[in-house]
This record gives sequence, C-alpha cells and structure tokens, in this order.
Amino acid sequence: MRKFDKDRLLLGLAGPALALVVAFLLTSVVLLVSDRDPFEPYRIMVENAEFTDVQVLILNQTGTYYLAALAVAIGFRMNLFNIGVDGQYRLAAMLAAVVGASVELPGPLHVLLIVFVAMFVGAFWAGIAGILKTTRGVSEVVSTIMLNAIATSLIAWMILPANLGVQAEGSNDLTTGAIPESGWVPGLDVEGGTIYGFTFVAFALGVVYWFVLNRTRFGFDLRATGASDSAAQASGVDARKMVLTAMLISGAVAGLTGLPLLLGQTHTYSFSFPAGIGFTGITIALLGRNNPIGIFFAALLVAFLDKASASLDQFGYEKEIATIMQGLIVISVVVSYELVRQYGLRRQQQKVGEELAAQARTNKQEAVR
Amino acid sequence: MRRITRIATVGVASAALALSATACGGKSSSSGDNKDPKAAIAYDIGGRGDQSFNDAAFAGLEKAEKDLDIKGTEAEPSEGEGDPDKVQRLTELARAGNNPVIGVGFAYAPAIAEVAPKFPKTTFGLIDDTSKTGKNIANLVFSEEQGSYLAGVAAAKVTKSKTVGFIGGVETPLIKKFEAGFVQGVKDTNKSVNVKVQYLTQPPDFGGFAKPDLGKAAAEGQIDAGADVIYAAAGLAGSGSIEAAAKAKKWAIGVDSDQYNQKGLAAYKEYILTSVTKDVSDSVYNLIKSVKDGKPQSGEIRYGLDKDGVGLATSNPAFTKLTDVTAAVDKAKADIIAGKIKVKTAP
Repeated sequence: MRKFDKDRLLLGLAGPALALVVAFLLTSVVLLVSDRDPFEPYRIMVENAEFTDVQVLILNQTGTYYLAALAVAIGFRMNLFNIGVDGQYRLAAMLAAVVGASVELPGPLHVLLIVFVAMFVGAFWAGIAGILKTTRGVSEVVSTIMLNAIATSLIAWMILPANLGVQAEGSNDLTTGAIPESGWVPGLDVEGGTIYGFTFVAFALGVVYWFVLNRTRFGFDLRATGASDSAAQASGVDARKMVLTAMLISGAVAGLTGLPLLLGQTHTYSFSFPAGIGFTGITIALLGRNNPIGIFFAALLVAFLDKASASLDQFGYEKEIATIMQGLIVISVVVSYELVRQYGLRRQQQKVGEELAAQARTNKQEAVR
Repeated sequence: MRRITRIATVGVASAALALSATACGGKSSSSGDNKDPKAAIAYDIGGRGDQSFNDAAFAGLEKAEKDLDIKGTEAEPSEGEGDPDKVQRLTELARAGNNPVIGVGFAYAPAIAEVAPKFPKTTFGLIDDTSKTGKNIANLVFSEEQGSYLAGVAAAKVTKSKTVGFIGGVETPLIKKFEAGFVQGVKDTNKSVNVKVQYLTQPPDFGGFAKPDLGKAAAEGQIDAGADVIYAAAGLAGSGSIEAAAKAKKWAIGVDSDQYNQKGLAAYKEYILTSVTKDVSDSVYNLIKSVKDGKPQSGEIRYGLDKDGVGLATSNPAFTKLTDVTAAVDKAKADIIAGKIKVKTAP
C-alpha cells in the first residue's frame, strides 16, 4: 500500500514537470522561429528576479493568485467550474472598499467588517450561479461567465460619482474613496518593500483548505459528490445542497482575492484595480492539481513569469513571451495530465495482471504437487 | 474521467481568457549612471503603436532624443495590471537614472504619488491628472473639451444627413470631456443635428482603447443609422472607426495625434477630415527640455487652445478647402480663447 502511494506521488509530480518542460521547450521554439535567442530571455528573467523589490512583488502577487486559485480549486474538487472568480472578486473588492470607506471602527473590527463584506458579496455573486444550477440545471460555466460581464457593468455603474464613487479634484480616475487607516492591514516591511499582511492570511487559508477537504466529513462529502454525485446521493449525501454550499464557499474565497492589494496598498477601488486574476487562478489551480502545496508553487511560478518578464522589452525581447509561456503551460498541463493518467492506469493494470498471473502460477504449481 | 475531459475542454477554452493575466513592464539595470541625460516614458493601455495618445508621447520623446541628445527609454503596461506594477515600473525607471520619468495617463497618478517622494531629485511627469501634486511632479493637463468643441463645430458644418457620431473608447470622466465638448460644439452650431454617442467598453475593461474591431463595429453601426461624420476618441480602437468611415466614404475625425499624417492610417487619410490634437508630444518634449536646462517644470501645466496645446489639425487639404467650415472653427476658437464661449467638461 505504501509503495503504491509513492508511485502516486511520483506520477503526480510527473504531470506538472512534463508540462513545464514541454511549455519551456515550445516557448524556445517560438523564440527560434521568430529569430530570437531561445534561452536569453530566461536568463534575463532569472536575473531580474534577483532584485529584492521584484521578489516582494512576486510574493505579494503569489498571495493574490493563491486566493483566486483556491477559490477555483474548491469548485474543481466538487466537479464545478467556477469561471466567475474574476467577477466575484472585483465586485467583492469594490463593495468592501465602499463599506470600508464609509465607516470608522476600531482597528480589528474595521478589517473584520471589510473581510466579511468581501466574503459575503463573493458568496452572493457565486450563489446566484449555484441556485441557477440546483433549481434550473443551468451550467455554472455559462452562468458564471455571464455574471462576470454583469459584474463589470454593475461596478461601472456603481462607481459613478452620482452613485457610490468619488472623483477627486483634478483626477480622471474614479475611486470608492479612501479607507481610513483603521481599516488597513499592516504588512511586513522587508528590504525591497512591504509584504502585505493579507498575503500570510492567504497562505494560512491553504492549510484550512487542506484540513477541511481531507480531515472533515464535509470535505469527504464534497469530494465524494465531485467524484460521482449519484454514488454520493445513494450513500446519503444531499448533492444539491453540496453544489450550492461549494459554490458559496468558492465565491467567499474568491471575494478575498482583491483584499491583499486593497487592504495593503491601494486602500481604494479604482479604475486601475487589477482585473483578470480570476482567469489566472484557473491556470494555477489546474497546474497545482487542486493541491494546496501544488497551488502554492504554481502561483509562485506564474507570479514569477509575470513580474520577472517586466524588463524583457528593455533588452529587445517582447515581454509577451511570458504570456505565451503561460498559455502553453495551460495546454501542456491538460495534455500531460491525461498522458500521465493513462500511463499510471496501464501500469496499475499491468501490475495487477502480473500479480494475478503469479498467483495463478503458484496455485498451479500447488495443484501439480 | 468525466471530470478530466470536462476540465480539459473548458481549460483549453479558458486558456485564452487566462492570457489576460497581469504582467508588468519596466527596466532593471544598474543604478547611478547619471552622466548621460536619460528620459523615460511609461505608456498607458494600448502602448506604442496606437496611432494616437501613446504615439504622441513617443513623438515627444523621439524629438527630445534628436534635438536634446537624450537617451530615451519606454516601458509598456499590460492589460489588467494594478498599482504595484506601475509603482515597480516607475521605480525601476527612476533608479536607472532617467530624469524625467513620465507617466502617460491618469492611471499613473497613485503610483507617481508613491514613487516621487522616494526620488526627490527626479522630476516626474503626470499626464491628464492634477489630483496628485508634489515638488518634483509636473502635472501635464489638457483642455480636451475645447478641441472637441471645434470638432463639433466642423462636424455640424459638414454633415449632410444631420447626424454625426461620437465614439468613446472607455466610459471614463476623461473621455466624457471629449464627448461634452463635441456635443456642445455641434449643438451650438446647429441645434437640429443629431449626435449619436456610444462607448466601446466600461472600465475596468480598457479594451475600448486597444481593440480596433470594437471601434470599427461601433462606427459601422452609427453609419448605418445615418451618421456621416464620426469622431472617435478611443486611442487605438479609433483606427477601426476611421477604417469603417473611410470604407463607407464618410468623414472621420481623428484624435490626439494628427491622424491624417499617421503612417498606419495612410490608406484612409483622405477621409480623415481633421483631428482633435492634444499636444502630448510637445508637453513631453517641454518637460524633458526643462529638466535638461536645469529648470524642471513642476505643478499644473495646462495646455489649452490658447497655447495650441489642443486644437484642430488642418493637414487635410480637403478640410482647408471648406472655407466656410474653417471660418466657423476659427471664430469658435477665438471666442473660446476670449472667454465668450465656456465649454463644459462633463456631458
């Protein structure tokens, strides 16, 4: 049994490793075809990541990506595809910023309120898709994608100065007003910048994610329903309830995605608040195989590609190389996981076959004797 | 099995979406090299090659490279990036010894407010924003509504169908200034002309500044609805509007750069009636020059009609031939400078 687990771990690592090697090679091919040095950009990126301020940037981005990927992974474990993380976190960050800017509370309470609002809004927005799925059978892929677009329009409307937004004198940006200092989360000052306090919260959530999924009955139910809802239903799990709950939790975690930046740096939601993190989260959850440690390294890798590619255009390389690489990683991940899975299956069948044959042989020998 | 294939299908489909992931631009090189004067500009969404706003900034840098013997550096943003990326970009540019460092576009305001105090000897240029000020910050702003007013006058004069179109890239307060001026100019000239207003995207989707296909589709829609003059304030997306107008043999009005003279739009130039110029290039050049001369600009520097900071291009001979139109434009311009006409900054 133990040996089998080791095999599984090796196979689990083989998937991402194969995918990364293929993605890097393909990127080099792209570079070669476009008459560029196929390896120089990697060297520049690694060199760039040696700057401490770039490292801080990478780490903070990792925390943000980690939250988004966790939200996606919760859905994946339940066989739900929450593509709406993007809309959920933007709407959550925006409304949390509005609430945070409009009240003044003692420190920890203020932060807690903002966090609660963000989780609630994220859960609410994902819950719409959850209810549509459980009551009407609407595919969550379709509804969450559409809810992203609705969230964008809703935010654009709410942020108008006539509604909830603020336009500073002389500024062409719209914001939600500044959150007073009691609502900020202090960070860790290191050489090269500040690591957001919420970045650590993000990683701590990974532990919670592991515990809930692997060590509680709820987690078991969730994984069981994800593996086969009919089987789970037969053993007494209310599959519909599980779908809705998973969607709500996924949305609540998605709602936290914008908070490291909101509470640690900008203290307001504006036009320049980053968008698209939810989609990156899908890449990361896929690459990390929904495993909290795997997701961490996947988030770190993508954050590295993002931030370290920054200066490429100064050296005559397009920094979109990193974007190409991310796209190639997604595709090769999907392909390599399937290949590794089939290989593992064949190996297992062979092994079982051998064992059975061996047993048959000994039986035969005994019979002869 | 089912899960894997399902994830596989949608995963590949969403790969494209995932590509909108953040990345940042900037420069990391050894610091302290201050012997040769260096200047840097950090672009807004769309980057260089938008035939419009960013290219105008680049033109200013290019001129400074030639005339002032400055070494110029450019840095591009990515879609969906946040303030930390902009802070990083400006920090790297300043650390590399660039002076001035110019943020092209209002989105750089919070980042400049954060970085400028850390580099007190470097001058930071901030285009389109006066909300963040400082000793070493030069706020370069333009009266876009005045230039757009003149475009409105010209459009109202040349339209035969009594319908003109305005296409805004992204619905932000800045682009609404263009709309306000244009609509007021049209209505003041001829009340019966109908103005169709359309925005391409809502923030935070800034694709409306970057995607020509959106501008093209919007212009085609307005032309189908009877418009025969299209004014697009939409950055790179505006080139799609110009293409659509030229194909339908209708007038297009360009923006920011004199688009009649843009190489990328040469195929459609005869249909580019005029362009509302926003002299970003001169503002960039002036700032670089002021730093080189040892008298760096600081505080609000406003470019209006009076200083030719905004205006209406006259490079298309077909436009200058329409003497009654140019006369009306010149009169409106004089009235605005004299303060007889007040142009609204919001619709």
